[in-house]
Amino acid sequence: MNYEKLLCQRVAAVPPSGIRKFFDIVSEMKDAISLGVGEPDFNTPWTINDAAIYSLRQGKTHYTGNAGLMELRQLIAEYMKTRFDVAYNPKNEIFVTIGASEGIDVALRTLIEPGDEVLLPDPSYVSYSPGIIFAGGVPVPVVTREEDEFRLTPEALRAAITPKTKALILPYPNNPTGAVMNRGHLEAIAEVLRGTDIFVISDEIYAELTYNGEKHVSFASIEDMWERTITLNGFSKAFAMTGWRLGYACGPKEIITVMLKVHQYAIMCAPTASQYAAVEALKSAMDSDYASVRQMHRTYDRRRRIMLDAYKEMGLECFEPRGAFYTFPCIKRTGLTSQEFAERLLREQKVAVVPGTAFGESGEGFVRCSYATATDKVIEAMRRMKEFMKNFK
Amino acid sequence: MVRDLELSILEILFEDARTTIPQMAVMTGHSEEEITAVIRSLEAQKIILKYPAMINWDKVENEMVEALIEVRVTPQRDAGFDAIAEQIYRFEEVSSVYLMSGAYDLMVMLKASSVKKLALFVAEKLSTLDNVISTATHFVLKKYKIEGVICEGKQNDDRLVISP
Repeated sequence: MNYEKLLCQRVAAVPPSGIRKFFDIVSEMKDAISLGVGEPDFNTPWTINDAAIYSLRQGKTHYTGNAGLMELRQLIAEYMKTRFDVAYNPKNEIFVTIGASEGIDVALRTLIEPGDEVLLPDPSYVSYSPGIIFAGGVPVPVVTREEDEFRLTPEALRAAITPKTKALILPYPNNPTGAVMNRGHLEAIAEVLRGTDIFVISDEIYAELTYNGEKHVSFASIEDMWERTITLNGFSKAFAMTGWRLGYACGPKEIITVMLKVHQYAIMCAPTASQYAAVEALKSAMDSDYASVRQMHRTYDRRRRIMLDAYKEMGLECFEPRGAFYTFPCIKRTGLTSQEFAERLLREQKVAVVPGTAFGESGEGFVRCSYATATDKVIEAMRRMKEFMKNFK
Repeated sequence: MVRDLELSILEILFEDARTTIPQMAVMTGHSEEEITAVIRSLEAQKIILKYPAMINWDKVENEMVEALIEVRVTPQRDAGFDAIAEQIYRFEEVSSVYLMSGAYDLMVMLKASSVKKLALFVAEKLSTLDNVISTATHFVLKKYKIEGVICEGKQNDDRLVISP
C-alpha cells in the first residue's frame, strides 16, 4: 500500500501540532508544574453533572433534533441577549455544536471555496489555520504585536485584505495572548469591513473571562456587524465543562441553515447528556446571578495578578492581558528561542509552559503561561521561574 | 467596589489564612494599606472571628468522640433562645451551637474523650438545664467533608499536562 499516494496532500502537509512534542516530554516528568493547560482547573459544578446523570436515569439517550434541544437553544438565546446584548432567534439562528471547535470547522466548510483566503490574527489558537486548509482555503496570518497588546489593528487588517479574502477569524479574548478588544477597537475593525463582503467568524469562547472591569463586547453587537458575523461560544471555559464537548454557533439564518446542513450530515447532533448538562449550567447560572462563574472569575483574576507581579520581579516583560486565562510574557532578553526557553525551564526547574511559536510564527520570543492551575501551584511555579531567570542576569 | 475587595479578601483568607498582606495586595491589585484597613474592619465587625487551621482531628485523637445533640427548649420571655443558647455554649465541651428551624431548636456539637463522658455530660449538664425539654444524641462516626474540604477523597489533577 502506498500510503503517501493515498493521503490527501493538503491534509498530509499540515504539520502536527507544536504542542504534541512538548506534551510527551512533560508527561514523563513526575513533579513538573504545568502552566501549559488550556482548560479550567475547576471541576464542573456538581449540579450540572447531576442533571446529566438524571437525564441518563430517565433514559434520555437518543438523538436530539439536529440543532439541539429547543429548551437549550432558548436558554442560549436568553444568555446571549442578557450577557452580551446580541439577539438570536432560537428557532433558526442558533444550533448546538460539539464544542466551539466544531463551530469553527463547520463555519469554515460552509464558507470557503477552494483558494479563498481567510484572515486570522497571529498568534492564535492552533486549530484555525489547519481548519482553513482542511476546508480548501488559504490561511493568511495577520501579525499582531505586543506594542498593540496583541490586538488586531485596522491598519494590519486593511493591509491583509485582497480580492480573495472571504472571511476573518476574530478570536478575542485571545488564546494564547490574553488580549481583548474593547468596543472602540471593534468599531475600528467594523469600519474596515463595512462595504466589503468579508464574513467574520467571532470565536468568543473566553467571553466570560475579562478582567479589570472590562466587559466582553460581542462583535455582532457592533452596528451593521450582526449580518456578517457567526458568533461561536460554548460551555468549556465559562462553566468548566471542557470534557462535555458542547458549544454553539449563532448567526443569520441564511448562514446557520447551511452550517446546520454540514453539522447534520457530519455529526447528527451534539451528545444528548451534554445538552441536558448545559441546560442545567445555564439555568443554575441565571438563577444564581452567575455566582459560580463569578467566583471562578475572581480566582483567575488573582492568579493573573500573581503572575504579572512575579514577571516584574524576575525581569520578564509582559503586557497586561485582560482576558482568557493566559499570560504571554516576552522572553527575548534571555537570548533563547521560545522552544529553547520552554525546554530549559522544564528541564532545570520543572515548570511547563508552551512556546509561543506553537500558536504561529509571531509567537516567537514569547511563551504562554496558563493560570488555570491551583493558586499555590502558580505561586510555586513563579518561584521556580524566578530561580530560572537568575541564569540571565 | 469595597464590597468586592472585602469578598476577595475573605475568599483568599478562607482558602489560606496564612496569605500575607503583600501577597493579598498583589492578588487584588490594592495597596497594602487598603488591605490592612479592610481586614481590621472585618475583624472589628466580627466577620473574621479567628484564623485557625482546619484539622481533621479524627487522625490525631482516636479516642476523641464527637456528637451532634438535638436540643428542644422553651424560649424565654425576654431573651428568646439567646439566653439558653448562652447557658449551653459556655461549656468548653461544646464546640458549636446553632439555632435551627424544624423539629428541634438548638443543634449542639459536643466533644469528649469517651462515649461515656459525653453521654454523662448530656445527661447531667444539658438535660438538667431549666428550659431544656428534651435532647437526642447522635455520635459522629466519620467525617467526609468539613467546611467545603473533602477529607480523604483524591483531588488529583487529571487534566492533560499540556493542551492548546
